[in-house]
Amino acid sequence: MNIQLKVWRETPGKVEGHFETYEANDLSKDMSFLEMLDTVNEHLTEEGKEPIAFDHDCREGICGMCSSVINGVPHGPDRGVATCQVYMRNFEDGETITVEPFRAKPFPIVRDLVVDRTAFDRIQQAGGYVSVNTGAAPDANALPIAKKDADNAFDAAACIGCGACVAVCKNASAMLFTAAKVSHLSHLPQGQAEKNRRVIRMVQTMDNEGFGNCTNQYECEAACPKQISVQHIARMNRDYAMALLTEAAEV
Amino acid sequence: MIENLMPRLDAKIPEGPLNEKWANYKQNMKLVNPANRRKFDIIIVGSGLAGASAAATLGEMGYNVKCFCFQDSPRRAHSIAAQGGINAAKNYKNDGDSVHRLFYDTIKGGDFRSREANVHRLAEVSVNIIDQCVAQGVPFAREYGGLLDNRSFGGAQVSRTFYARGQTGQQLLLGAYSSLNRQIDAGQVEMFPRSEMLDLVVVDGVAKGIIVRDLVTGEITRHSAHATLLATGGYGNNWYLSTYARGSNATAIWRAHRRGALMANPCYAQIHPTCIPVSGEYQSKLTLMSESLRNDGRVWVPKDRDVAAKLRKKEMHPSQVAEDDRDYYLERKYPSFGNLAPRDISSRAAKEACDDGRGVAPTGLGVYLDFADAINRLGKDTIAERYGNLFDMYHEITGESAYETPMMIFPAIHYTMGGLWVDYNLMSNVPGLFALGEANFSDHGANRLGASALMQGLADGYFVIPYTLGNYIGGEKPEKVSTDAPEFDQVEKEVNDRNEKLISINGKKTVNTFHRELGKILWDYCGMARDKAGLQKAIELIPQLREEFWNDVNVPGDSNDLNQSLERAGRVADFLELGELIARDALGREESCGGHFRSEYQTEDGEAVRNDDEFGYVAAWQWNNGDEAILHKEELEYEEVKMSTRSYK
Amino acid sequence: MDKLLLIFQSSLGRKFIMGITGTALVAFIVIHMIGNLQIFLGPDALNGYAKLLKAKAELLWAFRLGLLGMIGLHLWAAISLAIENRKARPKRYDKEGTIQASYASRTMVMSGLIVISFAIFHILHFTAQVTHPKYHEMKTMYKGEEVHDVYQMVVAGFSNPWISGFYILSVGLLCIHMSHGVSSMFQSLGIMNRNTEPVFKLGAKGLSAVVFLGMAAVPVSVLVGLVGFE
Ligand SMILES: Cc1cc2nc3c(=O)[nH]c(=O)nc-3n(C[C@H](O)[C@H](O)[C@H](O)COP(=O)(O)OP(=O)(O)OC[C@H]3O[C@@H](n4cnc5c(N)ncnc54)[C@H](O)[C@@H]3O)c2cc1C
Ligand code: HEM
Ligand code: HEM
Ligand code: SF4
Ligand code: F3S
Ligand code: FES
Repeated sequence: MNIQLKVWRETPGKVEGHFETYEANDLSKDMSFLEMLDTVNEHLTEEGKEPIAFDHDCREGICGMCSSVINGVPHGPDRGVATCQVYMRNFEDGETITVEPFRAKPFPIVRDLVVDRTAFDRIQQAGGYVSVNTGAAPDANALPIAKKDADNAFDAAACIGCGACVAVCKNASAMLFTAAKVSHLSHLPQGQAEKNRRVIRMVQTMDNEGFGNCTNQYECEAACPKQISVQHIARMNRDYAMALLTEAAEV
Repeated sequence: MIENLMPRLDAKIPEGPLNEKWANYKQNMKLVNPANRRKFDIIIVGSGLAGASAAATLGEMGYNVKCFCFQDSPRRAHSIAAQGGINAAKNYKNDGDSVHRLFYDTIKGGDFRSREANVHRLAEVSVNIIDQCVAQGVPFAREYGGLLDNRSFGGAQVSRTFYARGQTGQQLLLGAYSSLNRQIDAGQVEMFPRSEMLDLVVVDGVAKGIIVRDLVTGEITRHSAHATLLATGGYGNNWYLSTYARGSNATAIWRAHRRGALMANPCYAQIHPTCIPVSGEYQSKLTLMSESLRNDGRVWVPKDRDVAAKLRKKEMHPSQVAEDDRDYYLERKYPSFGNLAPRDISSRAAKEACDDGRGVAPTGLGVYLDFADAINRLGKDTIAERYGNLFDMYHEITGESAYETPMMIFPAIHYTMGGLWVDYNLMSNVPGLFALGEANFSDHGANRLGASALMQGLADGYFVIPYTLGNYIGGEKPEKVSTDAPEFDQVEKEVNDRNEKLISINGKKTVNTFHRELGKILWDYCGMARDKAGLQKAIELIPQLREEFWNDVNVPGDSNDLNQSLERAGRVADFLELGELIARDALGREESCGGHFRSEYQTEDGEAVRNDDEFGYVAAWQWNNGDEAILHKEELEYEEVKMSTRSYK
Repeated sequence: MDKLLLIFQSSLGRKFIMGITGTALVAFIVIHMIGNLQIFLGPDALNGYAKLLKAKAELLWAFRLGLLGMIGLHLWAAISLAIENRKARPKRYDKEGTIQASYASRTMVMSGLIVISFAIFHILHFTAQVTHPKYHEMKTMYKGEEVHDVYQMVVAGFSNPWISGFYILSVGLLCIHMSHGVSSMFQSLGIMNRNTEPVFKLGAKGLSAVVFLGMAAVPVSVLVGLVGFE
């Protein structure tokens, strides 16, 4: 199959952002989207041009490194997959595919389709953990956890930190990501001791990083490669409200 | 200078009976006063299970830690991709598991090519790992009663594998990453994402620091430390196509090797039998499908080559092949284990069938894993319940439904048992340089059992290095290590020169082309089955390719930007050197063991033939300035177990 | 105490404000609608009701101030959040896709601002009566007292099809706003979960529809002559 690739090129400080269009011919439908980009890059290199920079690593939908907005939707047309799991059979022969980087102020463009998502790490650093030193843990089965809670925690913990929720949200809000992290630990007994502090600090960091605010449009859950439910956002809202109330009522 | 570092290989195994060695070690080791720890700088390269767990723990202890990874976040290290599970001798199932049994299974699984003392320690600390992870909030699978669930995994007769749906690696790594984050927040660990270690600095024979390239700005920086820990993962991408993440590479360990560290058993690579076959030249990676599929799927190819040819061209549907015309070769050759034969055996059998012209994938490289019988027997719903996710994944990648057409699978490179040589302390022969996780060679011998890599990575990081590093640091002086030494100047200059050189060649072939060619050489001659002639051929071809690379590679862009071509070029350049050593190691090892199968050394029915008398050693290779590497042998002494022949008939 | 300030500073805190004020506004709308529907019971019912509302000036003004406060907070939170949202995406996508966000959810600020503009007109129209000063002179007898003839005013007001049309349109927008807002506030206040979600989502749509019918019934009935003077 043949396609046209309309792709964002930018090197901050050097090349101003703009679209370029490349032809990609004789592609196989069994190719992955990233393999198509590889192929285009091979040609660009051979022509003496600079290849398109894009992030990727595992190429099986788990590391969360791949990004990019394909035809207006982060991670492309399929639901429940990351960019690296998009295959060319999802596109029409002759189609023009528009590829843009994730766009949000807290995700500055590093180059072309590569953006800086370290804001996510900082949100995590603000409390996305249980404070337990190595060696200080009791026996793993000393604390039974209802399967339901463990499963709910897992649903939230499945987040791969890709940032698609921010990219797709009309407000560039990081609520789904932050909520997934908060909700994961909030469902578990291990997470209770630091529950209030965690949610307050993580939300504060999220706000300070410059993400937008959630207006409950639920685009995020649809674009999320792990289909994390917006119920976790409700849960974080609840945890936050409780945290403000209990902390304020403290003697 | 390199010669001075050598030659005696002392594994520094503690005294005493096997099951008391680790306890003895801990009792007698040197300690570092907590108040003094902050005066010691520790560099950790890698943020996978091994690196992140080490960074978090050493940070908690009070050391001054710097941690580096090339991804944009430590959470993305390749450990994230592990699916199946993690072993631990908890014996929660009361099915007779014990530290000793886990130890024995690992030794046996490794085909008696690993170090007893290390493996025993691994089995001992395995139980603490699970406790630690649960305390961090890792959502392992649970039973309705609220207790942890276990599954069984290949090579073991007990249920000792803990898992978190199909993402055990991600959940464990997120646990370690969260502890790491806590230390970053506390100022104990400084994290450097998108930073690649490009060389090791050795001063007077001691590792003193590293040279790092900031992958975004291209800036080259020096970092010094009292100890440098490499937790940089495996080098399976040397074969180009593998189940590894695309970025996984050997640069850190290879650069360390070039600075004097020994590379041990580089030819031991594990090949996983159930991966989705290659679909074309453009293929960039191979996706692993859980081995559990082999519980219900039957592996076959047609008996007849012409039939296979028709199937390849899709002129015929597999269901049209009569039962009698099918060769269920695993069931035929290994009647008692059948489709569940161990990884190396099933992989080789698939290769043989395809070499025989009976492969069924369009490329000729693929065999069927057929669920038709299971669907008839159990119903489609049961199969969907068991393997629905995997069938979906298969459909996503291939566009085919495994409910209707048999799945196609083919083996792929999956894990490298070889790595930097380390002693019992996980320290290489270069003082101050440690290797953890898949980057070292230590625990899996010639073959790794499923669910043991995660265990090893976390054991090294959480429970071994905090002690053994302390033992080393206890003998060091706290004075800051300067980055002004002439060695730093020299190494930094070499790094810069190399990058500039790569960019200035301006040749015609892309980095990827070279990588693919290298991978093909290794896969053809040093893959699932190896022989002398092929290995010699590889040893001849790889240097030629390397030569061509340095004359004709095309690396666009410049070095002071994000330049992914340059990153890859540096890694491929190192693979081109390591690749040769892999072949050389395989050539030297004239026996078949674990993941290393030499066609010359097999029984009549194709079983591996080990040679314990002549090859019961660890092959530790010393860099020889580009000339043929020098072999050092660490003889493996088995006190506890007797080397015996593996049999899965 | 500084934790409580977070209600005004943090994103989630301001969402709580939106949710709580939104709830109050919805409650007002529903009561107002029920009040308005008394028009169908005849002039006395409506006029009596109107008189009752204004019986105690202090109460009336307290209520008005409260309402104003709610609207003010709602508006302030909405706008301050919206400004940040704008800033969070300085460069828009060239090709923008929407997967599942409802039309209502994407136009909350717009529908809200139009509704508030409508409300201002509406108050000038019926409460302050500055648009039609002669409404002021409409008086009638209720239980032996002279009272303002709200019934006549409403009928007169809605006899103008333009005004009626504008009311119906605005009420429509209000209901679009509420169709998202009412379920949204449960999400914002953390009451939503897997079980309650369908109930709240359906409930929001149902309530909005009822409010639309109830509110629009008045101008429509006047226009078609169902309500008027015998
Ligand atoms: C698909 C798949 C499934 C698997 N499933 C299982 C399983 O079920 N059970 C099991 O036990 N094992 C499994 N394994 C194996 C296991 O995942 C790995 O062996 C293990 O995770 C390796 O961990 P590590 O910490 O040593 O290295 P990695 O996780 O590979 O981490 C390497 C780190 O080093 C960094 N790095 C590398 N080079 C440099 C450099 N030059 N400069 C800076 N940073 C660098 C990287 O950024 C990364 O952070 C699986 C492997 C694969 C491929
Ligand atoms: C079409 C339906 C409506 C009718 C018939 C209607 C009728 C009235 C009348 C008659 C009054 C004046 C009462 C008096 O002064 O005696 C009034 C007041 C008011 N209405 Fe409405 N209204 C309608 C819709 C709305 C809507 C949609 C809103 C909100 C957006 C609204 C908000 C108000 C407010 C804020 C007041 C002032 C209350 C006060 O006195 O403080 N109304 N309405
Ligand atoms: C009488 C009028 C109004 C009523 C009954 C009303 C009701 C509501 C409700 C119930 C919500 C949901 C709150 C939440 O998400 O927690 C809401 C949200 C909102 N309202 Fe209003 N509102 C009114 C007026 C306005 C006005 C005047 C604006 C002006 C800008 C406005 C803008 C918004 C916005 C932007 C939201 C956010 C949407 C969201 O968070 O989902 N509203 N409104
Ligand atoms: S919540 Fe989903 S979309 Fe957002 S970062 Fe996590 S995985 Fe990606
Ligand atoms: S799309 Fe955005 S508005 Fe909220 S529900 Fe998701 S963050
Ligand atoms: S490359 Fe890892 S998730 Fe896509």
